[in-house]
Amino acid sequence: MTIDAWLQAAVADAERRGLPALKALLEALARATHALRAADFNEHANR
Amino acid sequence: MMTIEEFGRRLRAGEVTSEQVTEECLQRIDADNARLNAFITIMGDEAQRRARQADRELAAGRDRGPMHGVPLSVKDLLDIRGVPTTAASRVREGHVAPHDAPAIARLAQAGAVFLGKTNLHEFAFGTTNEDSAFGPARNPHDPARSPGGSSGGSAASVAAGMALATIGTDTGGSIRIPAAACGLVGLKPSLGEIDTAGVVPLSRTMDHIGPLAQTVADACLVYHALLGDPAAIAPAPMPVTGLRLAVPRPFFCDLLDDEVRARFEGTLERLRGAGVHVDDIEIHHAREAAPIYLHIVLADAAAYHATTLDAMPERYTPAVRLRLEMGRYVLAEDYVRALAGRDVLRREVDAALAQHDALVLPTLPIPAPLLGESTVQVGGTADPVRNVMLRLTQLFNVTGHPAITLPCGVTSSGLPCGTQLVGCRAQTDALLRIALACEKYISVML
Repeated sequence: MTIDAWLQAAVADAERRGLPALKALLEALARATHALRAADFNEHANR
Repeated sequence: MMTIEEFGRRLRAGEVTSEQVTEECLQRIDADNARLNAFITIMGDEAQRRARQADRELAAGRDRGPMHGVPLSVKDLLDIRGVPTTAASRVREGHVAPHDAPAIARLAQAGAVFLGKTNLHEFAFGTTNEDSAFGPARNPHDPARSPGGSSGGSAASVAAGMALATIGTDTGGSIRIPAAACGLVGLKPSLGEIDTAGVVPLSRTMDHIGPLAQTVADACLVYHALLGDPAAIAPAPMPVTGLRLAVPRPFFCDLLDDEVRARFEGTLERLRGAGVHVDDIEIHHAREAAPIYLHIVLADAAAYHATTLDAMPERYTPAVRLRLEMGRYVLAEDYVRALAGRDVLRREVDAALAQHDALVLPTLPIPAPLLGESTVQVGGTADPVRNVMLRLTQLFNVTGHPAITLPCGVTSSGLPCGTQLVGCRAQTDALLRIALACEKYISVML
């Protein structure tokens, strides 16, 4: 799942659950996930 | 307030009794707790009973060791039998601990006297102590400011002379941050050394128990009692001349308040003057520590809280509830990436320590923040207070290395600053010997 797709689904779910204030936190988590996935220690099946 | 070492000398010389010093602590709690909100539960009668018992035992020739009769406070995250463990949350309403946590049982066996349970950031999930069902604890150096967190009430209790030392927990810096903010020594031992059963968890893979104390020697005594070695005395300091310390300057010194930076650089100068070799090094993936920490702690905490988040969400403080809810959205694949990153960071810190006796770095990039501040200006940018406060400590929860903070002076406003020493995994005693050697060069009054 891409981070953009995950964030879109997570924000929609949070709003459905009556937690719109989660949006800003989920956006911050998305930035952290970008940093985590970009790290050079991650393994890749084609390398 | 006297140190544990001084108390022990005076107790055995017959100059004071445990009952007298315990009563003195209880009087300070009575006088100052309304202002500082350090304690959630005060165990006055039980403390006096234990103190009298300690005095009777000593008179009868039974000396349990350096913690005999020492009045301590305990973060309200650890179980003491017959007392509520609130975790500073309404979620825990009605709880009474059926047993002592093993760490508490060891302290009791060592003769410690428990004064009460201290305030904290709800479920230990924050660095300021602001989100507590019992209201914020306040910093004795400036009550408009946070004492740090999550063990904020613990730190405030010692800094205000309400206890000789205290027991905290540390998952991302929750012992070292409040110790630095309140001008104390705070020890996070090596991961897994002290049993965390009977402690409300935040992240079972990163939670640590440890002491906040007035001196390194006092921290040694409490640490050994927590290990179940109550007769141990503080070890001899390592010779300071020839010590090899490494400053992980990139990342850890990039974002510091100007006065914190000045106190830290002054500390390094004094250490060099004492004959310590100080080298600059780099921990290559230090920048990834925050996202790695975040993905682990969020998922671990969300798993523990999932049932109560659904059943009684209104009982959480709003900010902690939202952070816990955020954890429910962490993907499994990202959690696994974070675990892989943890191994990388552990190897990099191990490698940095292979050529040095310890790392040395600031503990907290800023002095204690004002209560109510959500962002803080450091180095020209405004960042969330929580992110800034965790920046220099969380790596060593991820990797499990022992770390200790020592006070290293105050700002022009009188707010304490801290310097952190980090040692090799499973070598907390060696770290303590280094800290004992460096203390007089780090902890000077400026």
